[in-house]
Amino acid sequence: MKRKITKILVANRSEIACRIIRACKELGITSVAVYSEADTKALHTQLADESYFIGPAPALQSYLNMDKIIQIAIEAGCEAIHPGYGFLAENSVFNKKVRDSGLIFIGPNPESMSLLGSKVRSRVTMIEADVPVIPGMRGSSKNIDEFISYAEKMGFPVLIKSSAGGGGKGMRIVHSIDELSSAVESAIRESLSAFGSDEVYLEKYLESPRHVEFQVAADHYGNAVYLFERECSIQRRHQKIIEETPSPVMDPELRVKMGNTAVKVIKTANYDNIGTVEFLVDKDKNFYFLEVNARVQVEHPITEETTGVDLVKLQISIAEGNELPFKQDDLSQNGHSIECRIYAEDAENNFLPSSGKILYLKEPTGPGIRFDSGIYQGVEVPVFYDPILAKLIVKAENREQARKKMIEALKNCVILGVKTPIKFMIDVLEHPEFIKGNTYTDFIQKNMKTEIINEELMRIIIASTAVYEMNRKTIDIITSEAEMPSPWLTIGSWEI
Amino acid sequence: MKRIQSKISTKSPTFKENYEVNKQLLREFQERLEKIKSGGPESHRKRHIERGKMLVRDRIKYLCDANTPFLEFSSFAAWDMYDNMAPCAGIVTGIGVIKGRECMIVANDATVKGGTYFPMTIKKHVRAQEIALQNHLPCIYLVDSGGIFLPYQSETFPDKEHFGRIFYNQAQMSALGIPQIAVVMGSCTAGGAYVPAMSDETIMVRNQATIFIGGPPLVKAATGEVVTDEELGGADVHCKISGVSDHYAQNDQHALEIARNIVENFEKQRKFDIGRIAPEDPYYDPDEIFGIVPKNVRTPYDVKEVIARIVDGSRFQEFKELYGTTLVTGFARIMGYPVGILANNGVLFSESSLKGAHFIELCAIRKIPLIFLQNITGFIVGKIYEHGGIARDGAKLVHAVANAQVPKFTIIIGASNGAGNYAMCGRAYNPRMLFMWPNSRISVMGGEQAADVLTQVKVQQSVQSGKKLTEEEIEEIRKPILEKYEMEASPYYSSARLWDDGIINPIDTRTILALGIDCALNKPIEEHRFGVFRM
Repeated sequence: MKRKITKILVANRSEIACRIIRACKELGITSVAVYSEADTKALHTQLADESYFIGPAPALQSYLNMDKIIQIAIEAGCEAIHPGYGFLAENSVFNKKVRDSGLIFIGPNPESMSLLGSKVRSRVTMIEADVPVIPGMRGSSKNIDEFISYAEKMGFPVLIKSSAGGGGKGMRIVHSIDELSSAVESAIRESLSAFGSDEVYLEKYLESPRHVEFQVAADHYGNAVYLFERECSIQRRHQKIIEETPSPVMDPELRVKMGNTAVKVIKTANYDNIGTVEFLVDKDKNFYFLEVNARVQVEHPITEETTGVDLVKLQISIAEGNELPFKQDDLSQNGHSIECRIYAEDAENNFLPSSGKILYLKEPTGPGIRFDSGIYQGVEVPVFYDPILAKLIVKAENREQARKKMIEALKNCVILGVKTPIKFMIDVLEHPEFIKGNTYTDFIQKNMKTEIINEELMRIIIASTAVYEMNRKTIDIITSEAEMPSPWLTIGSWEI
Repeated sequence: MKRIQSKISTKSPTFKENYEVNKQLLREFQERLEKIKSGGPESHRKRHIERGKMLVRDRIKYLCDANTPFLEFSSFAAWDMYDNMAPCAGIVTGIGVIKGRECMIVANDATVKGGTYFPMTIKKHVRAQEIALQNHLPCIYLVDSGGIFLPYQSETFPDKEHFGRIFYNQAQMSALGIPQIAVVMGSCTAGGAYVPAMSDETIMVRNQATIFIGGPPLVKAATGEVVTDEELGGADVHCKISGVSDHYAQNDQHALEIARNIVENFEKQRKFDIGRIAPEDPYYDPDEIFGIVPKNVRTPYDVKEVIARIVDGSRFQEFKELYGTTLVTGFARIMGYPVGILANNGVLFSESSLKGAHFIELCAIRKIPLIFLQNITGFIVGKIYEHGGIARDGAKLVHAVANAQVPKFTIIIGASNGAGNYAMCGRAYNPRMLFMWPNSRISVMGGEQAADVLTQVKVQQSVQSGKKLTEEEIEEIRKPILEKYEMEASPYYSSARLWDDGIINPIDTRTILALGIDCALNKPIEEHRFGVFRM
């Protein structure tokens, strides 16, 4: 059933909301933003054609308030809701509620989403479909003996995971049998508080694997393709910060094999929009299905850069009931693309989130540089949400060129007022192991120093910078009064 | 420039006590301001809006560029006068930004007695024109007024600074190339009709604005002719038949848009170059002013602590730091503009007066605007000082203040008494703007001293007539004098009578000074010229 979409509510914030709103504008679709009290001046609030207030700053009362969002969509005359990533993007209850109220949910059908949302159910389903998965329990259990017998059978280390989880929550690496039972208990506790589910299970822990995922797309007519891989092994606290495509580990044969497996996964799940199939790849290039992210990914731009496909527009097109505009053979990879996620966080202090006002912003520009941003100079970064500020994406002919381009772009990206890991990411990109393509999920742990710089060193750095600055010839930016605006034009709204 | 080293402890009990008292004064000021800003009675405002007219402050907001400051003058005009019939004296005046140009806006509030002119209304209107003239600011008059408030005709009509002065000023300014624009948005009767008629360009709102020398009742009485307002002097008449008006507007918004378009074609304001540099916030928090200024105006404190919270980077190049220390003089920057500051640290002695005169000469020659932070009980008294010629040295300072051609700005931050008021550039010495802090007190002398002097005179008279006054009788003479002084020294009493340009939040001092200095630079600073200093 085809249904033209002319107005979309974007149920998200920050850079992804801006990304979707821009796609809407290009498609001639009216965009509607929703914003919380903390986001009245946010970029997405200003960028959309229409913006509606949804409630107080805490996400539960705003960006997670399903009924309110649906009500606004209906009242504003939208035909569809785009959930972005995070918040309600993979909530099948919301998905169903949206459809039940007569709106289009831009994403897969709720049944497929619900199946893939449960790690245990999807695991069982995929094992039945002959998809390779990491050896482990078939379902969740509360019986500690079951955990012990599986662990002994596979050998340590093992990983305890929450069935509902993501982002590393409820996850425990266990190295010996003594730690097992307390780890299971704490994983259950954490899973309950984070996801409201006490289902945990156990699987083999792969040491130093690579995280490789496949972008896939499927329509309502049984057509499904893969848009190649993304290597996302550079992670901190189980969250990706640098992604690239193609993966340094990939060869054409493995790519086809994994791609076909990815397509099989989504066909098995009766999936019908774009999504991502995540795999772990071990040292011997064995790969194991991990899970499906039933939404647009943070790192989708690198696939866009190398395939030439606009994934957000594709999502909308599929949701309108159109067939995929290409077959597998039409797709190819061109060049190399890298993405760096710029979070408001302190790389020198265990990546603790940082908040505050963006006092100064200089966006990097140049050929092959893309800056997907959710901020502008002067905006406050609220404490309430995922602290992503922007994503820097580069594209070049090959990996080395892309790496160098990214380093230059990062050096030309200035964000003052909040802490960012820009310097840290430059260090990663310049690391010999990264240059060699030895990117494993424990890369940062193994190769990078993330503790606070010692004070003595800091003092030396400051002193030498001061000496350098004193001896440097500077150019006065303000050279005459004519270039300095009068206080009447700079003070802003004010009265006695 | 060196940064002032603050010696204040924000944790001390004195600081906290001062802070509480001064914040209370600020709250009182803000509450009162909030109240009078709403204009006339609720019923009148409602009727005004029902007629499709915008309230006066909404008109100003619509007229000005979005997200720009509005520097309002004398909000407390007519405060506690005329049975409190006239909040803001029924007129709003201030400098706003229209199409990037600073303009003086003079707007009648028709919800206050039909926008009619009380004596203070006229004083406020004329003062706004004076500021416009001194700072070369185009004038936009938003006219909605029934003319003079007739019960007060004797105080509004014939004198030099009365109603007629408004049109005189318009003609003078027009001749100097300062544009005069009238937007007629309501009635504009009799003498008031000359505001649009004397303007360079005039806009009228259809079915709402009227201009006539004599209204329908007067016409009927004089000639027997029966006409409606609209037939006699509506927008159709004046835009199509008489030519009194130039632009025809459909409603308030339209009229204000036309006014904005008119301003867009004015000559661009060119600023006199006094060597502005990049602005810098004060190093010390201006909010600490509330804890620094003593709760009792008589308590001495170091005014440099206040300067540190007003000027750029809290940097101050002091002049004659060790000489005549009761007057602090020195150079600083305010939002990048160079300024010379004179501030009191006690009574004025001969030395401090000479130092002040010397410093003013420096600024006048170098064309640096002057800022007076006034907290002064007067000149020193006593035999040795009179013999030393304090009157002569005081006169030198007054002479220098009077003749300095640079823009002068006065902020009364504490006491303002006696000749100290003159020496520190009081109203009579033509500062471009003069503002008061909520804690300030202004009177010829302090209440205590006045009471002492007057009581002493009475006691002497009694002694001469052979009577001796009892303690109670003396107290009875003293008490009413003290009370009268206490009441009349209030900044509200001053502001009501336009002895100043308004009461301000001390934190805004820096902003207001910067806006004021920038306005002053619309006109070149003249060469210095002094007369005879008594040596």
